[in-house]
Amino acid sequence: MGFLTYLINGLSLGSVYAIIALGYTMVYGIAKMLNFAHGDVIMIGAYLVFMCMSNSGLPAVVSIVIAIACCTVLGIIIEKIAYKPLRKATNLAVLITAIGVSYFLQNMALLIFGSNPVSFTSVINWEGLSLAGGQLKITGNAIVTIITCLVIMFGLMWFVKNTKPGQAMRAVSEDKDAATLMGINVNATISLTFAIGSGLAAIAGALLCSSYPNLNPYTGSMPGIKAFTAAVFGGIGSIPGALIGGLLLGIIEILAKAYISSQLADAIVFAVLIIVLLVKPTGILGKQIKEKV
Amino acid sequence: MKNLNKSTQKLIISILVIVVLYIVMAVMESTGNLSSLMSGLLVPVCAYSLVAIGLNLCVGYLGELSLGHAGFMCVGAFTSAFFSKAYANTIPDVPRFILALLIGTFFAALFGFLIAIPVLRLSGDYLAIVTLAFGEIIKNVINVLYVGIDSNGLHVSMKDMMSLGLEPDGTLLVNGAQGITGTPRQATFLIGVLLVIFALVVTFNFVNSRTGRAVKAIRDNQIAAETVGLPITKYKLIAFTISAAIAGVGGVLYAHNINSLTATTNNFGYNMSIMILVYVVLGGIGNFSGSLIATVVLTMLPEMLRGLSNYRMLIYSIVLIALMLFNWAPDILKFRADHGLTSKTILGKIKKTKEVQ
Amino acid sequence: MKRKMLSLGLCAMMTASLLVGCGSGNTEGSAENVETSGELTWRIGGIGPTTGGAAQYGQGVMNAIQIAVDEVNAAGGINGYQISFNFQDDEADPQKSVNAYNTLKDWGMQILEGTVTSGACAAVSAETYNDRIFQITPSASSTSVIEGNDNTFQICFSDPNQGTVSADYIAENGLGTKIGVIYDSSDPYSSGVYQNFATEAANVGLDVVATEAFTSDSKTDFTTQLQKCKDAGADLLFLPFYYTEGSIVLTQANKMGYAPTMFGVDGFDGLLGVENFDVSLAEGVYLLTPFAADADDEATKKFVATYEESYKDTPNQFAADAYDGVYIIKEALEAANLTPEASNEEICDALISEIQNVNYNGLTGEGMTWNDKGEVSKDPKAVVIKDGGYVSVQ
Repeated sequence: MGFLTYLINGLSLGSVYAIIALGYTMVYGIAKMLNFAHGDVIMIGAYLVFMCMSNSGLPAVVSIVIAIACCTVLGIIIEKIAYKPLRKATNLAVLITAIGVSYFLQNMALLIFGSNPVSFTSVINWEGLSLAGGQLKITGNAIVTIITCLVIMFGLMWFVKNTKPGQAMRAVSEDKDAATLMGINVNATISLTFAIGSGLAAIAGALLCSSYPNLNPYTGSMPGIKAFTAAVFGGIGSIPGALIGGLLLGIIEILAKAYISSQLADAIVFAVLIIVLLVKPTGILGKQIKEKV
Repeated sequence: MKNLNKSTQKLIISILVIVVLYIVMAVMESTGNLSSLMSGLLVPVCAYSLVAIGLNLCVGYLGELSLGHAGFMCVGAFTSAFFSKAYANTIPDVPRFILALLIGTFFAALFGFLIAIPVLRLSGDYLAIVTLAFGEIIKNVINVLYVGIDSNGLHVSMKDMMSLGLEPDGTLLVNGAQGITGTPRQATFLIGVLLVIFALVVTFNFVNSRTGRAVKAIRDNQIAAETVGLPITKYKLIAFTISAAIAGVGGVLYAHNINSLTATTNNFGYNMSIMILVYVVLGGIGNFSGSLIATVVLTMLPEMLRGLSNYRMLIYSIVLIALMLFNWAPDILKFRADHGLTSKTILGKIKKTKEVQ
Repeated sequence: MKRKMLSLGLCAMMTASLLVGCGSGNTEGSAENVETSGELTWRIGGIGPTTGGAAQYGQGVMNAIQIAVDEVNAAGGINGYQISFNFQDDEADPQKSVNAYNTLKDWGMQILEGTVTSGACAAVSAETYNDRIFQITPSASSTSVIEGNDNTFQICFSDPNQGTVSADYIAENGLGTKIGVIYDSSDPYSSGVYQNFATEAANVGLDVVATEAFTSDSKTDFTTQLQKCKDAGADLLFLPFYYTEGSIVLTQANKMGYAPTMFGVDGFDGLLGVENFDVSLAEGVYLLTPFAADADDEATKKFVATYEESYKDTPNQFAADAYDGVYIIKEALEAANLTPEASNEEICDALISEIQNVNYNGLTGEGMTWNDKGEVSKDPKAVVIKDGGYVSVQ
């Protein structure tokens, strides 16, 4: 029974990583850049939901919709100012600008919202399931997060497969120049990707803080790094990979804490990651990159 | 000077500039014209510069993105500080510091070598995440490492202080998250500058050696290099190990300049690795003197902005983004070229005015 | 060629930015400064994190010192001289803390009240010892802060004090038979308190059934640690860390349906001040704190009211310690009968001897005294949270 409890805890933690990782992987797959500021957009999203819900008394769904709208706009603005001018420069340059944006968002939030943490009211008012006579508990947060993950995952997969903008995204991710020749507006496509990624960040923020109800300007940075790890773990650029990577990372972290050592859990998680990448150098579901001679 | 090739000239100029800067700083310090803030920053700047040079070798010449160089810095810092503290009363200062330097460098190189064996099989972002993972593992392990010494010898524990079972006469050398306190303070600006110059010479010679040219060939086209029969793994290993060793030297310098050495996310975790990467990219990938300048500017900048109080880090981040755009955005570069705003034309103008004078 | 051009361009840009930086650096002083240009004043400096993950602790200290300084200045200053106050950010990093210290030294600081966090404080106290500047820290509780120097004093309880007193208190009052411990193994403060708790627990015969750790990299999910404590049958949890994580632990334990007695140390103070926190979760939590924001005495009421009015926030124990610090310095300076004309070394030596004669009644304790090691002697007060407020227990 103990093992099952840990497994469920791992799934709940993993689902949070997964939903953040989806945003990472989406942007990476198309724009080929590591958006280090993603975690901080999540934090902004969570603050927006908090402000709408707790300060203005709006219902949870309305708050999340507002947050999604605001984060999408924020994502587009960030992309326009900080990333777009560097589209033709080396990938590293954009990475560094993303770090700059990350610092900017953190310090902006520090000035606006203050340094004191706030306690986030869960957007989900559901106790969850109680199995095996109350011995096993699955919280409502975990179930909703996992379902949301799945919905978003299938939604994204459907979107990139079956819609015009989605197909354009795939074309851009394969070959930007060829896509331009086919009449695809590469810039608009990449901006759209950022918009979707940032919108997802708002949902991720609401769910992250519902499960772990502490919100401060630095809330996003550590889960951001973990989710980045999860995205790589699953094969960065692969949408189902992000889900699998996130869930596995959560489960490994919890099991390492439970059965090996809670002090060394971080080290164990990263060690497993290294071993997996050595066996499968492009992550679990990553595409094998064939090098051209 | 005329007979030397261009890159050697450049190296000599860089070293001369550093020496001149050193003399200026030393004179200012001895005459009391240098603020405490500035003189306190001299050694850390040297330490970060060393790590940046090491990382630049990896990013610029090996062509691999490493997010774990703070980990090598950490290894160098902790092994050397441990040695210095353990033998604080038994070995005289100067030989002890030299030994500590060698030990720190050696262990950083060793870790670099061990990590490189598996890591260099990967590429791109996968390699980056694995180096980040190694850096985090090093930090995590050091945070739970307890080492004490007493009449029975050395005690090591990975759990807590109590399980060391120290005799009452024992001293605790490494105290988990509380790290190492009381490292003898021996790093001076002179040592720092000498080490930076030394690192510049080493990397310069490496880059222009047979091995270095092979490394560049691998970076530019691995398959072509393989076809010519270059032993890829060997060359990559050598470059990565040297890169880690230089980062380790930075760590030694850092550790011997501060009383309390702890491994946190900000000083030896991924935050620091990323910060060093910022120095490298902003200074110009593959350009060692650029790394030095970027390190100096970006270390000084937040200190200079202290007057802005709460807005300090906000302004810092804006300046960082602006600098990146100014130096890397193709459109802005084109604009600068069209309007005579490239550094070359600016420098040219300055030269001209000097000649006129 | 292009690369070279780039790098040269960079040089020019950087020189420019450095100059800009210098320009703003010269306009000395942050918003917190008391403007006293030209006039002879006491120059008191403060260091702590006002950005970064520990910002709420540093900002509390900064605000509280400002309040105390304003009060003292309004009442005529110390020995007839006003106080200038300058607070610098260190992001809780030892190296940045030393930078902040050097900045303050350039400003002409005579006395340092700081730093806020232990790791950074140990680095700075080595500097103040060399420079002979008197240092008193409101909240750095590690022993490494006061070891090896004679000029650093603590206002908060030290780690050994907290760990030992907690173990004794739990044993004497029979709060729990099986003890579970969760601590932050990457934090000097938390692991320091834990070590001393564990040592004393063994001495007084407490049965520690589970010891679990977390790190700064994974401090969102505590379900596993709680589950392990629960499985081990712990009926009391000793939680030596800060309230930020504390609020998550309480929420998660509640969701699991696990309700042992929770026992926090002084880092837990501030729990009730977390905005939107469901205080019913904290019901029955014991903590050691020298300060309760809703205490009835005049001094506390006045301090809390001023703080809330100026900063729209409830002060925590860090802030209260920092507030006391200014008055302790004042008392010692008055006893030494010094003026700001004295050199740093004179001030330092005088304060070292005078502070050991001070017997101070402040927000955070009655009859506080200091020994020559730099430790404060005040009784840690155990309080329990009842109906959303602190109630003293003895």
